[in-house]
Amino acid sequence: MNATLVIEWVVKSLVIILVLTGGFAYTTLYERKVLARMQVRRGPNRAGPLGILQPVADGIKLIFKEELTPHNADKFIFTVAPVITVVPALVITAVVPWGREISLFGRTFTLYLSNVNVAVLYILSVTSISVYGITLAGWSSNNKYATLGGVRATAQMISYELALGCAYIGPILIVGSMSLVDIVEAQAGVWFIFLQPVAFLVYFLASLAEVNRAPFDMPEAEQELTAGYHTEYSGMKFALFFMAEYIKMIAVAMIGVSLFLGGYLGPGIDRFPILGPVYLFIKVAVWLFVIIWVRATLPRIRYDRLMALGWKVMFPLALLSVMITALVLLFVES
Amino acid sequence: MTIMQIIFLITASVTLFAALMVVSTRKMMHAAMWLILVLFGVTITFALLETRFFAIVQLVIYIGAIAILIIFAVMLTRRSMNADVPQVNRNWWLVMVSSLALFVGLVTVMSVWEGFFVTARTAPPGGENLVQLGTALVDPNGFVLPFEVASLVLLAAMVGAIYVAAERKEK
Amino acid sequence: MLNEYYPLVVISMIAIALGFFVVLLGSILGPRRPTQHKGQPYESGMIPYGPGTRRISVRYYLVAVLFILFDIEVVFFLPWAVAFRKLGVSGFILMVIFAVILEIAFVYAWKKGALEWE
Repeated sequence: MNATLVIEWVVKSLVIILVLTGGFAYTTLYERKVLARMQVRRGPNRAGPLGILQPVADGIKLIFKEELTPHNADKFIFTVAPVITVVPALVITAVVPWGREISLFGRTFTLYLSNVNVAVLYILSVTSISVYGITLAGWSSNNKYATLGGVRATAQMISYELALGCAYIGPILIVGSMSLVDIVEAQAGVWFIFLQPVAFLVYFLASLAEVNRAPFDMPEAEQELTAGYHTEYSGMKFALFFMAEYIKMIAVAMIGVSLFLGGYLGPGIDRFPILGPVYLFIKVAVWLFVIIWVRATLPRIRYDRLMALGWKVMFPLALLSVMITALVLLFVES
Repeated sequence: MTIMQIIFLITASVTLFAALMVVSTRKMMHAAMWLILVLFGVTITFALLETRFFAIVQLVIYIGAIAILIIFAVMLTRRSMNADVPQVNRNWWLVMVSSLALFVGLVTVMSVWEGFFVTARTAPPGGENLVQLGTALVDPNGFVLPFEVASLVLLAAMVGAIYVAAERKEK
Repeated sequence: MLNEYYPLVVISMIAIALGFFVVLLGSILGPRRPTQHKGQPYESGMIPYGPGTRRISVRYYLVAVLFILFDIEVVFFLPWAVAFRKLGVSGFILMVIFAVILEIAFVYAWKKGALEWE
């Protein structure tokens, strides 16, 4: 362990966090623009050309808002919960590779922070930690809507986490490694979306539920729960929840792209490794577009249907997909 | 003292302090939070032992699943927000005596077991081999029996949980 | 050495620092004019009644128990999947036995109505 290595880690971590927070700001704008176009509106267009400064304006507004804490709230947990929610969202993509090696300033850099051999398990563990912030936020607010929203969100997230976990197993079976670098490199020939269509579908739907996006945005169903777990939050604490939700959207897109859509791979990557992050960015943008499109199209589904879908359809389907993949691999090998 | 030893001492003391707080804090939800800190300390201890897989499994299972169950259990209680319930009941001395006996017993058993004094082999440089781990799970000479029995234990746990929850529902 | 794990520690520390910094920023720069009414829980404009946190349904507890069981299953699956190519038929069959026993628990929970939400 030497100083240059530590500096490299710090710089890479800062780049990841900056890209994610910047990505969060512009995903909100992206979403509002796309939704507006789908509803034949223009969307935000006053702040700067084409509304490009809108996220900045929103941020400044939120910083100078008064923060309220309900009288009977558990002050400590109420303050810590937004931080617990946002930290997993920021660190989950640390194992996702952005590209191969590039040479810069006479040194060779790998375009990933860390290539751990248990990357998928790491993602699973960070996902399960991200559940806490929401439960604790709901409970500590001492508000009926918030408590109910928090508990609902937790139950929904843990239910879909199982389907999500099973969807990871298909690609691992094919590659024989849990490292995301290995999984992406194994897709040089054919993307895993073609070998694992069921797992891909399960991953896409379960990840929507995992980040509480429409049509699974039950926890914050405004008609019946006012705003769900963050009813009592305002100012920057609310901004943290908002940030966590959008960063998680980007994160599931990055992980999904790496598992099923070839990650940073694309034409010409062998000659110009610098294209890796570009391909990743394009694929993530397309994935986010589909997420927004789904929100514009589908109505929210009822809570009992949501839980039934998670437990009775998605989880058995994902398990079946794993078993069939294993069986097919056995036949192909022998 | 190496850096690793210093990290271990800090981790161990934080874990023990958090464990004390679990039993001494008045609010149940805070006790659950301290418990999560204890489990996290155990995770770091696993990582210091260079068992990366188990460190992350500790995160997934204990912090990710079991602590959620405990938080739900706290929220199932009638007054999870207040701290006006007595902290000990009449049998506190019984619990103290038996836990002390357990502690002394464990230390005694450990100190007579010769494996306790053997210096562990250093871990392989790349961390434990996942392929070996997966092979050992379903290897007849490895852990296949405990592995299959584990599924039976989980089945029993499931049946028990449904029985308990279904009884409450009727009231 | 845990070489590839140090970067994960570094990014976690930076993320935690950022989280607390944002909370601090809001509490320093935001105004603070609390009144009696602002501190009340928000109940869509109705006057709040009763305690804010009530006992949750026992169903959530059941979901959490089910989650633990199948989370353990998924965690067992992962090293098995990594080693799968070397295990051959016996590895597959042993894992199927493990999974089937757990699926009995799943079917039992289903039949007992633990998965129903009325």
